[in-house]
Amino acid sequence: MSRKIKSGIKRWFSAEDIYLDEFTSENVHRTEKDEIYVSRKNTPMKDPEAYRSVLGSKKIRRLYSVFAVLFCIAIITFMIITVSFLPRIGSAENAAVNEVMERYIEKGVEETGAVNFVAGMILDYRAFDTFGESCVLFTAAACVFILLRAERDDDHPNAVQLQEDDRYFEPKNDEILKYTARVAIPFMFIFGIYIVLNGHLSPGGGFSGGAVLGTGLVLYLLAFGFEKTERFFTAKTYKAVTTTALCFYCLAKSYSFFTGANGLESGIPLGIPGNILSSGLILPLNICVGAVVACTIYAFYVMFRKGGF
Amino acid sequence: MHPFCENFPFFCIMLSMLSAIISAVIGGKAAKWLSYCVSAACTVMSAILLGHVLKTGESFVYMVGHFPAPWGNELRGGVLEAAVATVFSLVMLLSLMGGERHIFADIAKGKINLYYTMADLILGALLALVYTNDMFTGYVFIEISTIASCGLLMIREIGRTTIAATRYMVLSLIGSGLTLIGITLLYDLTGHLLMSNMQASIAALVESESAAVPLTTTIGLIAVGLSIKCGLFPFHTWMPDTYGYATPASSSILSGLVSKGYIFLLIKIFWRVVGFDVIKSSRVLDVLFIFGLAAIVFGSVRAIAQGDSRKMAAYSSATQIGYVFVGIGLGSEAGFVAAIFHIFCHAVTKPLLFTTLGALSDVSGGSKLFADLQGSGKRDPLAGIGFTVGALSMVGLPLFSGFISKLLIATASLGNPKRVLPTLIVLAISVILNAMYFMRTVLRIYRPSDRRDRPERKHRVTFACSVICLIGLNLFLGLVSQPVTDALELGLRMFS
Repeated sequence: MSRKIKSGIKRWFSAEDIYLDEFTSENVHRTEKDEIYVSRKNTPMKDPEAYRSVLGSKKIRRLYSVFAVLFCIAIITFMIITVSFLPRIGSAENAAVNEVMERYIEKGVEETGAVNFVAGMILDYRAFDTFGESCVLFTAAACVFILLRAERDDDHPNAVQLQEDDRYFEPKNDEILKYTARVAIPFMFIFGIYIVLNGHLSPGGGFSGGAVLGTGLVLYLLAFGFEKTERFFTAKTYKAVTTTALCFYCLAKSYSFFTGANGLESGIPLGIPGNILSSGLILPLNICVGAVVACTIYAFYVMFRKGGF
Repeated sequence: MHPFCENFPFFCIMLSMLSAIISAVIGGKAAKWLSYCVSAACTVMSAILLGHVLKTGESFVYMVGHFPAPWGNELRGGVLEAAVATVFSLVMLLSLMGGERHIFADIAKGKINLYYTMADLILGALLALVYTNDMFTGYVFIEISTIASCGLLMIREIGRTTIAATRYMVLSLIGSGLTLIGITLLYDLTGHLLMSNMQASIAALVESESAAVPLTTTIGLIAVGLSIKCGLFPFHTWMPDTYGYATPASSSILSGLVSKGYIFLLIKIFWRVVGFDVIKSSRVLDVLFIFGLAAIVFGSVRAIAQGDSRKMAAYSSATQIGYVFVGIGLGSEAGFVAAIFHIFCHAVTKPLLFTTLGALSDVSGGSKLFADLQGSGKRDPLAGIGFTVGALSMVGLPLFSGFISKLLIATASLGNPKRVLPTLIVLAISVILNAMYFMRTVLRIYRPSDRRDRPERKHRVTFACSVICLIGLNLFLGLVSQPVTDALELGLRMFS
């Protein structure tokens, strides 16, 4: 029993080491000519023995893992001790109970026009941060494009055959899935649109509504295949929608920031709190964020599936 | 009503972000020109702002939106911010120009525009980090620059860069995570995210001595998190692969700008959030000082052992980060001035080295090994001169910027009797070690060889502009250092 465990642990560590060694490979290959092609060109990796020799003897490696565990335990203890010194959540002496929170709660509806004042906070009071957040999303999407996008090679002699093969390996159109999807998808879309449009009135908003919409699109694709989705959603649609939405977001918010900073009236009506058309820029911004999130989720799925639309 | 040029920080950030979004849908060449125009515009605007704040001698805050500070977001501009922003935008422009040939050669045709998207995003995020007066805004833009840096790395699709990017991402995210925990703890303690309000609360906390433990932990977490991200020894392990295999422009941007942005944010947190006196009495500066010294020695030793010119430059970056942290660790105003001056010095020198090394390897059959670089300085004279200038500056020869920053660090150390000896000894050792590996390379590229490659004509003009400008900047910092250090001192006084 104990031997079994021992050998298991041993194997686990050694497997881990090979994995680690790929990353500390600086001494193994000195020239750029023997690049390790891991992503696209599937050349087999060089022999693991060479990697294993880099980190030194087994004893050192085992010592290293023991120290790593001890170090983590020490850090955890330290953090728990720190937390015990912090003020309790919910108590009146908590430092976070101050004029900032007060104004958000008391004047939030009046100043932003949003009944859901979380939306008012993130899209009006601290809209600059949220602009940064949506740019994080955009950056991540662009990085996935860089990593996974495979050029569709139309000049390839077997281009037609290749595309047919691509279709062949798509999920088969399962009847049960099809019927369920046919029933579920309209509701998903309506629900997603509802969450986006009511972001300033009830819990929700662009991020969560967009996620629902995106999931609906992915389900549609799974049930009916690329041929159906390509009718209304191609790479061009994706680019057009996300770029328009983000540009609108950037320009609209720039206008609002600029007027605010220079003490000018923005001239955007706040409307009557509680109405669907109220709270100034929050509604259009929610729609933009929703569109970006939905398209990004769908694009991620497509990228991971076959590296292109 | 404030003067119009106080809008410029905001314009720079929004312009970079907007051009990033637009670059994602236009062609590679158009994206290139858009990116050049935006970074040039940012340089000009930041320079005008620098002139303005130097004239008024006062910093200003800029309300982003309709709500004043603790409720809304805020940017802050002073001499330091404007100066750093000017240098960052200019170096971004020059790095992109210098590496243009490689960008178009290394990257798949359909993805070149995404390269410029990433570069614009990094510029916008760095400027936001420089100007922000709000801790959470700082964190959001740290995230953008982290992810965009990974993009800059792996866009050159060879396996090595994918591995380097994975590694960079893992370490960098650990750094971001620690920083985020630190910011959260700070918010718990102070109830604010705005830097000036945080500083007031922390001063009150220190006075009442009620929160010594969490405060120390917080400072430690933020300092460690940001130093992992900028690659201070012993967290420099992501550097060699990252700088060694990325396309030269990426190496220049990552080593010259991105890691410097994090250091600047750390300095800003030390001065504007925690307060200089609190930092001085905490032990964090001692730790940073020791690791700075270690980074100088170990980085130089590892650089000597390299057979690959780009990796040598990468380890040299680890050394230079060490210099900056030694300056910070001296714990005096002069030390911080030295650190920021060294940030400038390294920001104009390292891109020069990476750009010229790229060109030198072009005339050596694409190899980066010293053995193959032999005589390349004669085959491509401009790149040879550029590399020599960069190397001399890093070694610390008078006339060049590196000399001034070493001089400033040495002078600053005199104010702190306990740290004079270690600083001076390590400086002396590092000059010798630097000379060993840089001069060896310079001699190597001017030795006779049989190769007769000529540099390509295409993209040559932008390369030449970039190299000449970087040499000029280097000489400018080396020869006209007094006004620069005066401005930095003024900026630091505005900070506190």
